[in-house]
Amino acid sequence: MLNFFTTSNPVVLIFSGIVAFLLAATTISRWLEVFSTGKDYTELNQRINSWWVMIAMFGFALWAGVNASIIFFGLISFLALKEYFSIIPTRKVDRRVLFWAYLSIPLQYYWASIGWYGMFIIFIPVYMLLFIPFRMVLMGETKNFLRAAGSIHWGLMITVFSISHLAFLLVLPNSVSSETTSAISENSLAGPGLILFTVLLTQFNDVAQYLWGKSFGKRKIIPHISPNKTWEGFIGGVVTTATIAALLAPLLTPLSHSLGLVAGLIIGVAGFIGDVTISALKRELGIKDTSALIPGHGGILDRLDSLTFTAPLFFHFVRYTAF
Amino acid sequence: MKYINHTLRLFFFVVIVRPIVKLIIGLNFRNKPELPTEGPAIIVANHNSHLDTMVLMSLMPIRLLKHVQPVAAADYFLSNPIKAWFATKIIGILPIARQRQIDKVTGKPSDPLKDCKDALADNKILIFFPEGSRGDPESMTDFKFGIAKLASECPNIPVYPIYMHGLGKALPKGQFILVPFFCDVAFSAPLYFTENKQCFYEQLKITFEELKETVKAPAWD
Repeated sequence: MLNFFTTSNPVVLIFSGIVAFLLAATTISRWLEVFSTGKDYTELNQRINSWWVMIAMFGFALWAGVNASIIFFGLISFLALKEYFSIIPTRKVDRRVLFWAYLSIPLQYYWASIGWYGMFIIFIPVYMLLFIPFRMVLMGETKNFLRAAGSIHWGLMITVFSISHLAFLLVLPNSVSSETTSAISENSLAGPGLILFTVLLTQFNDVAQYLWGKSFGKRKIIPHISPNKTWEGFIGGVVTTATIAALLAPLLTPLSHSLGLVAGLIIGVAGFIGDVTISALKRELGIKDTSALIPGHGGILDRLDSLTFTAPLFFHFVRYTAF
Repeated sequence: MKYINHTLRLFFFVVIVRPIVKLIIGLNFRNKPELPTEGPAIIVANHNSHLDTMVLMSLMPIRLLKHVQPVAAADYFLSNPIKAWFATKIIGILPIARQRQIDKVTGKPSDPLKDCKDALADNKILIFFPEGSRGDPESMTDFKFGIAKLASECPNIPVYPIYMHGLGKALPKGQFILVPFFCDVAFSAPLYFTENKQCFYEQLKITFEELKETVKAPAWD
């Protein structure tokens, strides 16, 4: 269990910083609601309230230990996959196939919890890839077969395989050889620091790109998918994220300042691509939000969109460079 | 025995139904909930799955549980003693005859809505599925006229239309495995009986068409 009461623990310090920041945001938005007339701040307040709930749940999961965190991310994958299956066209005949797809979640997170990297990394890309069409063949329906097989597996990759990398970040420091581990554990830079780094910077990047775009956005970057995204927002966001990442990396991760900068660039660019990928999906389906689960934000996929791309990329970067 | 059944009913809804509805299924409110806060009231919903009743009953606060009664077909739910006990004591259904029956004593046709009217007089909240049967998942069939008759005979009782989508995918007719899907729920302000039955019937149908529009979700491929 992570000791939250030693103030020297960088995870606790950064987390306190987030709480302080949110406190300030709450105060300002409440103040705006009371003193400004004409504009409606309900959605802003809803958004901030939801941030409190998400931060509290995330903080609790990190505090409660490795297994609790792994169950937490498993539940997130479940909600995301359920949301995905609820918005895409599915075939009635595939109900049982979808049931098996759900069952892959506990297995995938179990591989993570025991630190079995080999199984963790091929289970969904290989075994589920082969098992899903096999189970579909048994049902004997060929109409829309390819579309169903493809969309079910794509959903598993995005919502389960990608997100489960966060869970594996927790066990990563313990699953590598003892020489490297001793050097890392001396800095008390275990899994929670890596997760906090990924999630914080991914969400920070979303906000930074939005703010840069709002303030200086002119040239549209991808008008057919996200008409509000601009080059100015993208570049401003990536540079800001990379700067913050370079500063925070030695505190939270085994990465140096310069490797942290590269990690920040990866998170900034990949976060943008994840965001517009889910946007493209929503545009095809003709929906604005993936669900109404998180007040002020939309669905869980709306919130996780960037993370589905940043989590696996950051994981493999840090695994390759630091472990 | 009465208290045991009451306790079992409470246990069933608090410990089993609510967690399944809120976590395994998950509700997506598409607009602001409009629900009765006291009886008498009638909730009218579309019917795709046995889960419909569970979701509707989970929408209501637990203190109202003892007042809520889903109206259900006697021939289906009272077909054997165990099913009948579960349906009437645990779910708390109000069984009604789908076909008009001839009263053996008077020789006159009995009023299938009499029990509903009695329950409403007793301040109950009735859940009514005017489609009559679950039918094909995620496709709405024409409403039966009984709801208009009931409303015409209780003109001061509010009728709350609720549209649900997704439960026919999660647990369609004839299936036993629950596959998780989000359930979209759309509400409308309560309707009251006006002028005549045909008018009310049409108004109800139009309301459901509008609610259906607010839920943009894919049907089966």
